[in-house]
Amino acid sequence: MTEKVGAVLVIGGGPAGIQASLDLAEMGLKVYLLDERTTIGGNMARLDKTFPTNDCSMCILSPKLVAAGRHPNIQLIMNAEVKGITGEPGNFKVRMKRYATYVDETKCTGCGVCAEHCPIEGVNEFDMDLAPKRAIYIPFPQAVPLVFAIDPGLCIGCGECKQFCKADAIVYDYESEVESDLSVGAVLLAPGYDLVDPKVKTEYGYGKFPNVVSNLDFERILSASGPTAGHVIRPSDGDVPKRIAFIQCVGSRDAQTGNTYCSSYCCMAALKQAVIAKEHTEDLEAHIYFMDIRAFGKQFEEYVTRAEEEYGVHLHRNNRIANLVEDSNGDLILRYHEEAEIFEEKFDLVILSAGARPPREAKSLAKALGIKLNKFGFCETDGFTPLDSSAPGIFVCGAFSAPKDIPDSVAQASGAAGKIAGLLGEVKNTLVQPKEYPAEIDVSGQEPRIGVFVCHCGINIGGVVDVPAVMEYAKTLPGVAYAEQNLYTCSQDTQEKIKEVIEELKLNRVIVASCTPRTHEPLFRNTVREAGLNQYLFEMANIRDQCSWVHMKEPVKATEKAKTLVRMAVAKARLLEPLPVSKVQVEPSALVLGGGIAGMSAAIAIANGGYNVHIVEKSDRFGGHLNTIYHTLTGLDPQEVLEETRKEIEEDEKITVHLNSTLEQLSGYLGNFESKLSDGSTVKHGIIVVATGGLEYEPKEYMYGEDEMIIPQTELGRRLAKGEFDAKNVAVIQCVGSRNEEYPNCSRICCFTAMANALRIKKEHPETSVYVLYRDIRTFGFAEEYYNEAARAGVLFVRWDPESPPVVTKENGQIVIRVTEQFIEDEIVIKPDLVVLNAGVRANPDNEELAKMLKVPRTEEGYFLEAHMKLRPVDFATDGIFLCGLAHSPRLIWESIAMANAAAARAMTVLSKGEVESEGATSVVDADKCRGCGDCEEACEFGAARLVEVEPGVMKSQINEILCKGCGTCVATCCNRAITLRHFRSEQIMQMIQAALDLEGKT
Amino acid sequence: MDEEFNPKIIAFCCNWCSYAGADLAGVSRFQYPPNIRIIRVMCSGRVDLSFVIEALRQGADGVLVTGCHPNDCHYIDGNKSAALRAEFFTEFLEEIGIEPERFRLEWIAGSEGEKFARVINKMVEDVRALGPIRSDDK
Repeated sequence: MTEKVGAVLVIGGGPAGIQASLDLAEMGLKVYLLDERTTIGGNMARLDKTFPTNDCSMCILSPKLVAAGRHPNIQLIMNAEVKGITGEPGNFKVRMKRYATYVDETKCTGCGVCAEHCPIEGVNEFDMDLAPKRAIYIPFPQAVPLVFAIDPGLCIGCGECKQFCKADAIVYDYESEVESDLSVGAVLLAPGYDLVDPKVKTEYGYGKFPNVVSNLDFERILSASGPTAGHVIRPSDGDVPKRIAFIQCVGSRDAQTGNTYCSSYCCMAALKQAVIAKEHTEDLEAHIYFMDIRAFGKQFEEYVTRAEEEYGVHLHRNNRIANLVEDSNGDLILRYHEEAEIFEEKFDLVILSAGARPPREAKSLAKALGIKLNKFGFCETDGFTPLDSSAPGIFVCGAFSAPKDIPDSVAQASGAAGKIAGLLGEVKNTLVQPKEYPAEIDVSGQEPRIGVFVCHCGINIGGVVDVPAVMEYAKTLPGVAYAEQNLYTCSQDTQEKIKEVIEELKLNRVIVASCTPRTHEPLFRNTVREAGLNQYLFEMANIRDQCSWVHMKEPVKATEKAKTLVRMAVAKARLLEPLPVSKVQVEPSALVLGGGIAGMSAAIAIANGGYNVHIVEKSDRFGGHLNTIYHTLTGLDPQEVLEETRKEIEEDEKITVHLNSTLEQLSGYLGNFESKLSDGSTVKHGIIVVATGGLEYEPKEYMYGEDEMIIPQTELGRRLAKGEFDAKNVAVIQCVGSRNEEYPNCSRICCFTAMANALRIKKEHPETSVYVLYRDIRTFGFAEEYYNEAARAGVLFVRWDPESPPVVTKENGQIVIRVTEQFIEDEIVIKPDLVVLNAGVRANPDNEELAKMLKVPRTEEGYFLEAHMKLRPVDFATDGIFLCGLAHSPRLIWESIAMANAAAARAMTVLSKGEVESEGATSVVDADKCRGCGDCEEACEFGAARLVEVEPGVMKSQINEILCKGCGTCVATCCNRAITLRHFRSEQIMQMIQAALDLEGKT
Repeated sequence: MDEEFNPKIIAFCCNWCSYAGADLAGVSRFQYPPNIRIIRVMCSGRVDLSFVIEALRQGADGVLVTGCHPNDCHYIDGNKSAALRAEFFTEFLEEIGIEPERFRLEWIAGSEGEKFARVINKMVEDVRALGPIRSDDK
């Protein structure tokens, strides 16, 4: 066998590719993150807000972009594609081709002077062609890598950019394309999706009628940093639209385009856009025309309700719009039906909710890597192995395997990273070396000797601010031992210079007055560390983004302000202190709570990664809810999978099984937990995976329990599997115990179950009639195919409205169901000999007690609440605790498995390090001042502040610096001023305030 | 007064959203008057009443605190703490005879460069209308 390579190629830099790269890099693998674009961020970077929290997309994505761009184990390969692969899992050679951007990425500082002087204008694809870009450009301001690129299709080679680039980064004579090989152990596909081109639906006039836009166009129009600066205006005349319409399923669930699948995200995206548009324009009317509203994710249904009730978004059901007609004002006329009547409405702007199609590079990727695509052109995967492509060693995550939303993509990304860790666990840390820094110089007791480096940033700062004057001024400030000016302080040669000066002049504090610490602080901190200074002895003054760029026409005042900003930085720098990073050893083992398919899958994944696992199951057998499921929509046998998984658990030497057991007591924290279990054992472990599952709802409605002809769907599944089914007339009622007042959300799985059961009945008992009584059919993704198949097989779908649910009675020994079919507005009477109640999912009631023990939050419905709904789906806010499966929210089997792998991967990013480091800038409690009120414990979202009984009857707060994130909320909460946030100490901030307002400049 | 009164404003910006919004204002070249001095904190929840008082005592004519929009907080709920405290600040300022308009809390996202500039322009204008915080102030 050939030797394994501790490196991974991740293809695609959207949120999934980024998450997988970060997880793999944290696990000690070298990552090549390749994208055909010039920046990472994918489609998410285009979004204005995200559902269901209305989070600003760029706010949550941008820190991830920076983290991926700065991670020492991640190498970004932009503007590139994959051409071929040889080798075997563990040791591949991947051929790739890079296209020249004609900018030296090692020299470009991202200052943007080149674009200002470029005379050529084209359209910016990132802005959906709604905004211009220059021939030398970055697609969006937060781009990572922050390196400009020349679009060879636009550039006329005039030389303006080269002339003005003071960093000398423009190289016209690069080879236009270069091929090379990468050695990797595994490949992960995360190329995402492309939008269906709405032009193919000619009836909607996209590209012809200016006021018909796509959903992604509309995201850019909504975005504050988009082409209209967040003003919702219509393209034809710039008027503010007052009536807008969304047409759903454009290129989804559509035989005409061949895209018969559901794109999964468009319903929620349209609702979100309608809500946000209404926030922009108060008296705006928003109408959504849809077939089924597919709000199947965590807390999505509540979002629909809010959109309708709170925001007044109008929903029009059962509507596939035939066409749009434009009138002479550019308004659009839309014809639709409400129940059985036809109406016509006029709108100022129409948004087409375009679905997802495979990414444009899908075919060439498949050819280059030898993977199979499904009939729609997405990556083919198998039912219970959603993260494996058809080629061993090549994994897949995100929308490339099926359209899906961001949290599901991110969960899959971590899951795929977990699988790769299982393959390459033994060669981790072979290709990445932790960086060695010189021993830190002890600066304690020294008077401050501050060095100030003032940056011209080409002409970005120097063109407005009098940089030499700022430098001279800095020299006069108390504590400053040295000041100089640089053309680019971030350039490689200036870094060397800074190190030399620190050594030569024995500087013990460094200030760079340049751009923003958000992007550049890590670079300079690294430089001072290389010179032997603690990284917290560094401070920045933002004299570009927050000075020269915003006061371009007031050079004198901008110079004064720059001086003040430097004075403020110097005032703080005088009080800077070296902050030690404390380290804690990690117990390299895991505790998994719950022995269902999620818990078992997580345990196996962690054990495959090389760590010991304790798995705790309350009952006497593994499998949880899966024990009651006999077939799935895709025809796989869950019992077979369950048996294999159970065997794997029992045979794995690294896994210790605790059946009939629960967690009784928990102490410790990230890296060092100790648990007492009810079987008497005490376990030490570094992390916890919560996989406590959920329950099937026990119906109280529809005469359940009063007649043996009324059964839950699991019983139907059992009867079908055991050959005990003999009914001739079956009525299946959907949404039993879901989407109601008691339990507002959708249970996600019941529509799938209904199709699986209905199809099996029709296959095995073709003479049996099957009625499915539903509210919305939510067979998202490729499952839509089974819905179509069921309809073709003669399953009768009857839609009911929540205002008039089906009524089940027994009349003369016969069960009778009366239901008002909503479309024909007439009552239908069904006389079934079997009524199947598709009961929803309920959170595990044990979660309440467990949540208290773990000190983690839950949703109102009793599910555990993750750290962030969009980008951290399997993490808790408290470090070291992860979640997966039905403990999170209702999931399908394969989703639970992917999520379990994700939780395992996130857990292994901790376990693989051996030790965890604290942030230096954390809070500390002065025990003498603390009176033990507990306000800080309540304020802390991360479980870092805890009241501890230090002596009998005396409570004191203690802040665990490993868990502390350094937000400082506890500091401001503490009435006794007993807490200090290091690096943002009150004295430091007070000094900055004084310096900011000291007009004579004496401080 | 011969010259137009130029108020001095201290702004506390949280690192993750509003400081990013301030940066974006720069990247997008949205112009605003140079009367403002930004102090970066990691979270708006860090801003203590004592900072506001000290700023006003040292001669600031207004204090602005900016944070992530509700639900966007990088630290989950730090901005909610800031909001609660802001209510208290406002009452407190009224109590001690300072116009509450001199203190302001705004939510600014990392994508809202334009809003950042707008908030600063508005605040400078409003505080200019109020005049200096102390009549004996030079």
